[in-house]
Amino acid sequence: MSGAKAEIEIIERNCKGCSICVEFCPTKVLAMDAFVVKVENADACIACMQCELRCPDFAIKVHKL
Amino acid sequence: MAYDYEKHIRPGKLPHIWCPGCGHGIIMKGMIRAFEACGLEKNNTAIISGIGCASRMTGYMDYNTLHTAHGRAAAFATGVKMAKPEMDVIVVGGDGDGTAIGGNHFIHACRRNIDMTYVIMNNSIYGMTGGQFSPCTPTGALASTTVYGNPDPTFDIAKLAIGAGATFVARGTAFHAAQIEKLVAEGIRHKGLAVIEILDDCPTTYGRRNKFRSVIDMMKRLKEIAVPVAAAAKMTPEQLEGKVLTGVLHKEERPEYTEQYAQVISRAKGA
Ligand SMILES: Cc1ncc(C[n+]2csc(CCOP(=O)(O)OP(=O)(O)O)c2C)c(N)n1
Ligand code: SF4
Ligand code: SF4
Ligand code: SF4
Repeated sequence: MSGAKAEIEIIERNCKGCSICVEFCPTKVLAMDAFVVKVENADACIACMQCELRCPDFAIKVHKL
Repeated sequence: MAYDYEKHIRPGKLPHIWCPGCGHGIIMKGMIRAFEACGLEKNNTAIISGIGCASRMTGYMDYNTLHTAHGRAAAFATGVKMAKPEMDVIVVGGDGDGTAIGGNHFIHACRRNIDMTYVIMNNSIYGMTGGQFSPCTPTGALASTTVYGNPDPTFDIAKLAIGAGATFVARGTAFHAAQIEKLVAEGIRHKGLAVIEILDDCPTTYGRRNKFRSVIDMMKRLKEIAVPVAAAAKMTPEQLEGKVLTGVLHKEERPEYTEQYAQVISRAKGA
């Protein structure tokens, strides 16, 4: 069973790989994949919105489930 | 649902031109949420900027926008507000644009208490032109024009705004993304000149030169130095050493300029 509270959408063409979302995600859902972010641990997402709020590049969206 | 930022941005403008990790994008998003929270209508809103990386925001926002001359945003904005007092007028720009070449326009907008919201994105440097020092560069910091360390004292934008007469003054940071929205919204709702300083990061021209290993280090620093005003009231001067107050720093009521000017017009008409 999935414990994820949200589905994370990455808009790859906007992502500049700054890793701000990765660093400040409280449950380590995200990781860098070369120069673009990827969802590594989807189940751990608590839908806190921190990644979407802080992404400077309009590249990550949190769809609450 | 995820937040719909795109409806506020001109079609085809993303990805934007700002560098990886530049806080300007975080601030633009906070402003978009504030506009929506305040119910600003695109047709009744004007966003005006000068020149600089921060000032490029007017190219992205799908509103009435003016991208003017370096330092002159407040002057153009004053003209718009005087001609159309019913419009919501927002001024955006960097610390260089607003406090160096534009310092004069900035203080007089504050003095007049004209009903505009000025969001100043303070990344402590001239980012666009390659990292020359600004009046907001910390003393001792390295810039392309202060290679042996900046000898100048640093402007405190909030204090400058309060001293010059702004009736709403607040400070946030690019790290505290949710607070940006709240501060800008409160500034928009305030009648009079509202100044919202957002401490920002420029990893490209400031961070590298000043021994921040990454944009993450710059974000962590913003997180560490910020102390909300309420928390600061309970702290000792020693505890506040090296910290910066955030939140609403000043708020007062004073006659607003376009209203005063309307009275001048009716007096001149003999009414
Ligand atoms: C009259 C004039 N002088 C100088 C410049 C060169 N110039 C362009 S942007 C800029 C500084 C921008 O710094 P800031 O406003 O802090 O914004 P940032 O790029 O850091 O976001 C300067 C000096 C100019 N465009 N026009
Ligand atoms: S919403 Fe919160 S928990 Fe989920 S990925 Fe984003 S930062 Fe992590
Ligand atoms: S914060 Fe945005 S731009 Fe930076 S790595 Fe995450 S998704 Fe990409
Ligand atoms: S040079 Fe600095 S201020 Fe300009 S876009 Fe890059 S990081 Fe941002």
